[in-house]
Amino acid sequence: MCSLCGILGCDDHWTNAVARPGVYTRNHDSQSRRAESARRVKAANEILSYRRLKLDIWQSRSYIVSSPTGASSVFEALSHLWPEAETLAGREFDPLDEGLLSWMEERARS
Amino acid sequence: MTPVVLLTGFLGSGKTTLLQRLLTDASMAGAAVLINEFGEVGLDHHLLDRIDDNVVLLKSGCICCTVRGEVADALSNLNTMRASGDIAFDRVVIETTGLADPYPVLQTLTAHPVLRSHFVNGGVLTTVDAVNANLQVEHRAEAVRQIAAADRIVLTKTDLATPEQISDIRARLLRINPAARSVTSDLDVPTILGGFGPATFADTLSSDHVCTPTCGHDHHHHGHHHHDADLDVTSFSLVIDGAIDWTMFGTWLTLLLHKHGDRIFRVKGILALEGEDRPIAIHGVQHLVHAPTHMDHWPAGPRQSRLVFIMEGISPDAIRRSFTAFTGLADVRAAA
Repeated sequence: MCSLCGILGCDDHWTNAVARPGVYTRNHDSQSRRAESARRVKAANEILSYRRLKLDIWQSRSYIVSSPTGASSVFEALSHLWPEAETLAGREFDPLDEGLLSWMEERARS
Repeated sequence: MTPVVLLTGFLGSGKTTLLQRLLTDASMAGAAVLINEFGEVGLDHHLLDRIDDNVVLLKSGCICCTVRGEVADALSNLNTMRASGDIAFDRVVIETTGLADPYPVLQTLTAHPVLRSHFVNGGVLTTVDAVNANLQVEHRAEAVRQIAAADRIVLTKTDLATPEQISDIRARLLRINPAARSVTSDLDVPTILGGFGPATFADTLSSDHVCTPTCGHDHHHHGHHHHDADLDVTSFSLVIDGAIDWTMFGTWLTLLLHKHGDRIFRVKGILALEGEDRPIAIHGVQHLVHAPTHMDHWPAGPRQSRLVFIMEGISPDAIRRSFTAFTGLADVRAAA
C-alpha cells in the first residue's frame, strides 16, 4: 500500500514496471527484482550522500532513508524516495542545481 | 488492455468535428466515447450523430482538475458494463475540454489501481486550428501543453487559412513538438490515424530534423533545440553515444521529473542500454512516464540514444550537463 496516499498496489513505477508483453523491465522474478533493487539503492545513495543521507532496503520489502542524526523514514516504493529524502534533509534534491552538479563532477574527476 | 485515445485541442479547434468523422470509420465502430465539457450545460454531445450507451457525457466541468475522479468513475463504469455484457467496446475516446491539460487524464490511466489493469494510453490526438493557433500558442499555455503532449497533430480549418498561415503554423508545431507527426483534417480517417499511438514514435525520433533558415533554433548551441519565444517553450534533443546505465538513467529522470515535471511537457526517447541489443523507448508527459517498451529492432541509422525534451523555462545546457553528471557519459551532442 502507498504510505503517502493509502492506495493499494501503487508500486508500478516506470523504472520497475510489472513484467508484461512489450514492456521493458528488470522485474521478471524475485532474483532479478532483488538485484535491480540493490542497484537502485546504490545509485540513489550516490546522490543522497550529497546531503549526508543514506538509503537501505528494509526487511526485504521496504526502504528506509536515514540521516546522520538518526532520523529515518520507511516507505514502500522507490517512487517515494525523493519526497521522503527532501523532508528528512529539509532541503531539496534538484538535478539541475549548480551545487549538486559541481559536487558530482568533482567526485567524478577524483 | 483497451487503448484510450485522448482527443484534445484548444477551444474551437475542431475536436468534435474530428470526432464525428473518426466515428464514421469502420475501425472506430467499437469505440466508447467520453465527452467532457466546461460549463453547466454540455452541448458537444448533441453535435454527435452517434448517441448511444457508449457515449458518456462528463458534466462537471474542466477535466484538468475537478473531474479526474469522474473520468476514472466513467471508465470504471464502462468496464463494469462491458464485463457484465451490457455493452461492448474495444477502445475508448475521451474528448477533453478546450482548456484541458492532457496530463491528469494520462496520469489517471497510469496510476489508478484498477484502471491501469484494463486500459492503456492509446495516444494523444491534438487538433490545431490553422487560422488561430499562432495567437493561441503565443498567449495560452494550455494550447502549448496540448500540442506538446500530442502523439499526432491534426491541423484543422486549412480550407480557411492562407498557405502562409499553414506554413507558419507547421513550422511552429515542429518547434514545439518535433516528435509528433502532423496531418490535415481533410485526409481520410485511416490516414489520420495511421501508425498513431504512443509507441510509434521511433520514426520521428530516428530521423534527424533538417534545419532550415526558418526553423528558428540557435545553431550556436551544442545541443539541438528550438524555442518558442512567447511562452519560453523549448524543444531540445540529445544524441548520446555509448550504452546507458538503465538504473542511473532511471534515477536521473525520476528526480528530474520530480523537481521539474510541471515544466517538462514531454520527454520521448530511444535508448541504447548496457547489456541490451534492442532499443528501449520511453515516453513521458510532465511528471508521468509510461512503462518503457522494448522495441523489436533499431530504426535505420546509427544506434544512438536520442532524447527529446519539450520544456518551459529550462536551459537545454542544464539538462545536458545534468545528464552527463548522472550517467557519466560525456559524448552527448546535437542531433543535426
